[in-house]
Amino acid sequence: MPVRTRRSETEKDEEKDGADDDHDGHHGHHHGDGHHGRHGDDGDPHAREGGRSGMTAPGDAAPGPAPAPARGEGLDARLVVDRGAFRLDIALTAAPGEVVALLGPNGAGKTTALRALAGLVPLTDGHLRLDGTALDRTPPESRPVGVVFQDYLLFPHLSALDNVAFGPRCRGAGKAEARARAAEWLERMGLSEYAGVKPRRLSGGQAQRVALARALATRPRLLLLDEPLAALDARTRLEVRAQLRRHLARFEAVAVLVTHDPLDAMVLADRLIVVEHGRVVQEGAPSDIARHPRTDYIARLVGLNLYRGRAEGHTVRLEAGPAVTTTEDLTGPVFVAFPPGAVTLHRERPTGASARNLWRCEVAGLETHGDQIRADLTGELPLTADLTTVAAAELGLHPGTPVWAAVKAAQTHAYPA
Amino acid sequence: MTGARAQGPAPAGPGPGPHAPPRRPARRTAGRRAPLPLLIPAAAGLAFLLLPLLALLVRAPWRSLPEQLTSAEVWQALRLSLVCATAATVLSLLIGVPLAWLLARTDFPGRGLVRALVTLPLVLPPVVGGVALLLAFGRNGVVGQWLDAWFGITLPFTTTGVVLAETFVAMPFLVISVEGTLRAADPRYEEAAMTLGASRFTAFRRVTLPLIAPGVAAGSVLAWARALGEFGATITFAGNFPGRTQTMPLAVYLALQNDPAAAVALSLVLLAVSIAVLAGLRDRWMTAS
Repeated sequence: MPVRTRRSETEKDEEKDGADDDHDGHHGHHHGDGHHGRHGDDGDPHAREGGRSGMTAPGDAAPGPAPAPARGEGLDARLVVDRGAFRLDIALTAAPGEVVALLGPNGAGKTTALRALAGLVPLTDGHLRLDGTALDRTPPESRPVGVVFQDYLLFPHLSALDNVAFGPRCRGAGKAEARARAAEWLERMGLSEYAGVKPRRLSGGQAQRVALARALATRPRLLLLDEPLAALDARTRLEVRAQLRRHLARFEAVAVLVTHDPLDAMVLADRLIVVEHGRVVQEGAPSDIARHPRTDYIARLVGLNLYRGRAEGHTVRLEAGPAVTTTEDLTGPVFVAFPPGAVTLHRERPTGASARNLWRCEVAGLETHGDQIRADLTGELPLTADLTTVAAAELGLHPGTPVWAAVKAAQTHAYPA
Repeated sequence: MTGARAQGPAPAGPGPGPHAPPRRPARRTAGRRAPLPLLIPAAAGLAFLLLPLLALLVRAPWRSLPEQLTSAEVWQALRLSLVCATAATVLSLLIGVPLAWLLARTDFPGRGLVRALVTLPLVLPPVVGGVALLLAFGRNGVVGQWLDAWFGITLPFTTTGVVLAETFVAMPFLVISVEGTLRAADPRYEEAAMTLGASRFTAFRRVTLPLIAPGVAAGSVLAWARALGEFGATITFAGNFPGRTQTMPLAVYLALQNDPAAAVALSLVLLAVSIAVLAGLRDRWMTAS
């Protein structure tokens, strides 16, 4: 494990506690980018990238009046669900047109959150408002919510067309009208020729699109997607992800997707809400979260070494022990992050390391990582380092080898915790 | 059958010798001789099951059979049997499938007990069932006296009584079968239907029921076959009146005392029906392994 912060140790004990965790202090206040929601007609992915780059840096995330979505518009929820020893407690807001991803490891409570939004799991506490209407007590069949389930759950005895027509039919449309609407949706998904086909004869990508059409055919005000790409193989996934992105861009209401895949989350969503152990641990634009991870889990996802410490000017005294010299001038609790590629390894203590951070370490493990070698180090500061195969061979690295690990101050990044 | 096959020479394969190399460990011990302490009782068991049926065929009055089977009494009993068994199956479906759904999909206090009670008629001697039915729906029964007094409805010793007796005995087969199918079916389809705006009943009707149709069909056949053969509860609760409550099994029993040849002929008819049912179910159960 490349990253060592105190968090992973403390969190297990705090799983059931209230919101006493200082990391979480900011959550629920930082959903300001609702205004970047895309509108209606625009299917151009670049427009969305533009929207993201305007994200607030985490340093500005201090609690303050969040620019909440316009009154009554979109989703405003606090979901509290008790399940035996597990407690889910997350706040979730989104403006119409916005795509929010709940990202987290397995068992974090993401799917429970989705089921609570759909009404399939009752809320223990909290509230759920959609476009100004309270839905807490509304049964699932009366909620204006569409769900794309993880394995799609297309009704196996109905054709693709009848699967899509099922929703409109249940919501009061006549048989002919429902089928006409379903045909329209299938056409929009490029699946007209599969209208009469039973789900078991559809490919994974086609089934996914039928499931999306089925969920959208009821004109939901909230679209929920549970691991929408998890059931697909790698090649289909790439293609379906791009399609899904286009369809989500065209969707004018709130979309919430759940995933444990950071790539899916970053490609599909305008905003990420990272959930661990039933709580929100970080929230913000994908690029922001990738640059400034606040937990081991996220740091691992985006491939950074992450430490907590206390800054005094350019020096950060890490909780793990040693100090790090950074370029940022900060005071108080901070995170320090640097990529594994920024670490250089030496067998002998390098001389003239002026602006360098230098630690005595020992190789704990080696693995190939693409065309590079990734070294797990223990010692003064546990970290991961990437080096070329040639460099690894020249250094003669093997588990147990003592090494010096150096990182330039300019390649570290410190930000307030 | 397996025993017989193991004993015979293997028509193909690398010889049935005891030293056949244990390549892929097959589930059956193919090509190897079954041990005698198992083979002999197995053969005896098979013979025990088949001999009576063979006897029925051997001693059947083949010559007078057409005449026997075209007699008005036989047809009357057969028709009554088919009608009552079918009615009992329909009744079982109407009240048994919802009961199975309740047992499989909901959680209520005492569900285990209810489940045990539902299966009780499976193990209860049918005659006891008949007596219990009399005490409940008989003219002086707990419910029967009110039915009689308020609506003038009498159930015992009527064709309706036959249907009730058969339902009482046969419905548990349907409930158990459907409940098992429901438990195996993915309940999330119902959830998916609900998120699409279907009420729980609509979800059941339009999604669950089609999904479990094979299980319902199998349960129905099983219940129907059980109802067709019902004897004890029927004769106790509905009596033995030709044309009204005398079903085939009752007719067979009665005929055996006066006209054994007729009894054999009637039995042959029931055997044929049973074989037809089994043939209809072979995809489901005969190839289960």
